[in-house]
Amino acid sequence: MASRVVSLASIVRPKDLAKRRAEPAACGGGMDPATWDKVKDHPCYSEEAHHFYARMHVAVAPACNIQCNYCNRKYDCSNESRPGVVSEKLDPEQALRKVMAVAAKVPQLSVLGVAGPGDALANPHKTFRTFDLVARALPHIKLCLSTNGLALPDHVAAIRDHGVDHVTVTINAVDPEVAERIYPWIFHDHRRWTGREAARILLDRQMEGVAALVASGVLVKVNSVMIPGVNDDHLIEVNAAVKSAGAFLHNVMPLISDPAHGTRFGLDGQPGPSPAELSALQERLEGGAKLMRHCRQCRADAVGMLGEDRNEEFTLDRLDGEAAYHPEAREAYVAFVEREMEDRRMAERTARQALPAGAETMLVAVATKGGGRINQHFGHAREFQIFEVDGAGCRPLGERRAENYCQGGFGEDERLEAVLAALDGVSAVLVARIGDCPRRRLAEAGIAVLDDFAYEYIEPSVMACFARMIAQRQGYDTLMASA
Amino acid sequence: MAYKIVEANCTGCGACEFECPNQAISEKGGLFIIDAAKCTECEGAFDSAQCAAVCPVDDTCIPV
Ligand code: SF4
Ligand code: SF4
Repeated sequence: MASRVVSLASIVRPKDLAKRRAEPAACGGGMDPATWDKVKDHPCYSEEAHHFYARMHVAVAPACNIQCNYCNRKYDCSNESRPGVVSEKLDPEQALRKVMAVAAKVPQLSVLGVAGPGDALANPHKTFRTFDLVARALPHIKLCLSTNGLALPDHVAAIRDHGVDHVTVTINAVDPEVAERIYPWIFHDHRRWTGREAARILLDRQMEGVAALVASGVLVKVNSVMIPGVNDDHLIEVNAAVKSAGAFLHNVMPLISDPAHGTRFGLDGQPGPSPAELSALQERLEGGAKLMRHCRQCRADAVGMLGEDRNEEFTLDRLDGEAAYHPEAREAYVAFVEREMEDRRMAERTARQALPAGAETMLVAVATKGGGRINQHFGHAREFQIFEVDGAGCRPLGERRAENYCQGGFGEDERLEAVLAALDGVSAVLVARIGDCPRRRLAEAGIAVLDDFAYEYIEPSVMACFARMIAQRQGYDTLMASA
Repeated sequence: MAYKIVEANCTGCGACEFECPNQAISEKGGLFIIDAAKCTECEGAFDSAQCAAVCPVDDTCIPV
């Protein structure tokens, strides 16, 4: 789908960037310097870098060793965009060809992950063989993998020896009573285990693996799927446990549940959380391991910047011969990013200084295709980035997904309803453009739409928008008082 | 005696191939098949048929 592809040019500002005095590097928000150094360029972990660097996943790991109630292993559909769902299986040699082709076209590429579609460590030979091939061809690429943790204790040494510096472990519970409602069975030590016993083995292996990784200096992120009524409150305990085990980030994702996916939860009518429920939980976890608020649930075969997926450009049948990889393009891009980051820090500081004092807080939504700018048409937005802004600054609250309502002639009303639901509680939306009809509908719902920040940096614009709306309201109040 | 894979159910994940103690399982056109001549039903090696224990789809690796 062409509309999902972001060209490099679209995120480069048209005018020249003036030389700026060097700003102190953005700090890692309380992270220790060694950790910050490892994640500052990582598109999945650094809020600043995710605008500029790209990651890709290769689907070399189809087998799995556990069954989750939110996963249906038979499901395979290229229209799907849930984790663990991919359409093309690759062997390690094919994966290398694909990585080379992407690196040749996408100078932003800095991370390669193995995340499935099964479990990276239930397919250890394919996963590590892929890492060997890619590390030899493209040594600058960071390697990461995702796992349910069951096989993790067996592979900690291999992970360290292959130079993998980021591992994501999905931990949905620390209490077997909760876990047995999520995992019907596991395959471990040559047999199938069920019920409480299965849950206990899995949880013990997860925590053992996390501790061993941390002890070997490997960064560990923990993902949790929020399942209302099953583990939602329990995730507070999970957060405390993974934080004390040494995980540097804890990312809570919403359960995506639909009977059509054929998952146990989908068929049983187990609902996912609403955007407000997810935000409320993330708020309560804020004191624990740092949370990653900009995480999109990318597919196991995702290619591109976070929030976009260019996989369709790089399917096997489109890869012809050896792709020529040009290190110069990458170096030029890295230099561009340095300047851009410096420039946006400056813009942020200026905007922060202009914030009005007071206790007012506001939610602002942004439509973006990446690059840290407001560069998407309202009608093309499949998700909105939500920011909370007050007199002290603005903080990302993560994405809210909405059905892309602009997909041609029919049913626009329902899709707009979905967008309105996703924008619940939001005061203003910043977009590159918007049609008259949706603008009117949003205004009726009490949501202001601003397109005069088009192509500007996101965070400074959110703060400027807040300052403007507060000033307008104060002007109105003064007028009413004097009338 | 041997096991077989119900073709219509197989997702092609390959988990069974990796676990089989006799290399009786191989890929064919994206799906997996069991060579009945090599399959021992895991007798003497494990308590349960490994392919059936690891397969994510119920009733897919079954005795012939
Ligand atoms: S484990 Fe089951 S689904 Fe996977 S390849 Fe073997 S038979 Fe097919
Ligand atoms: S029953 Fe055992 S020996 Fe036979 S195919 Fe399955 S895993 Fe291999």
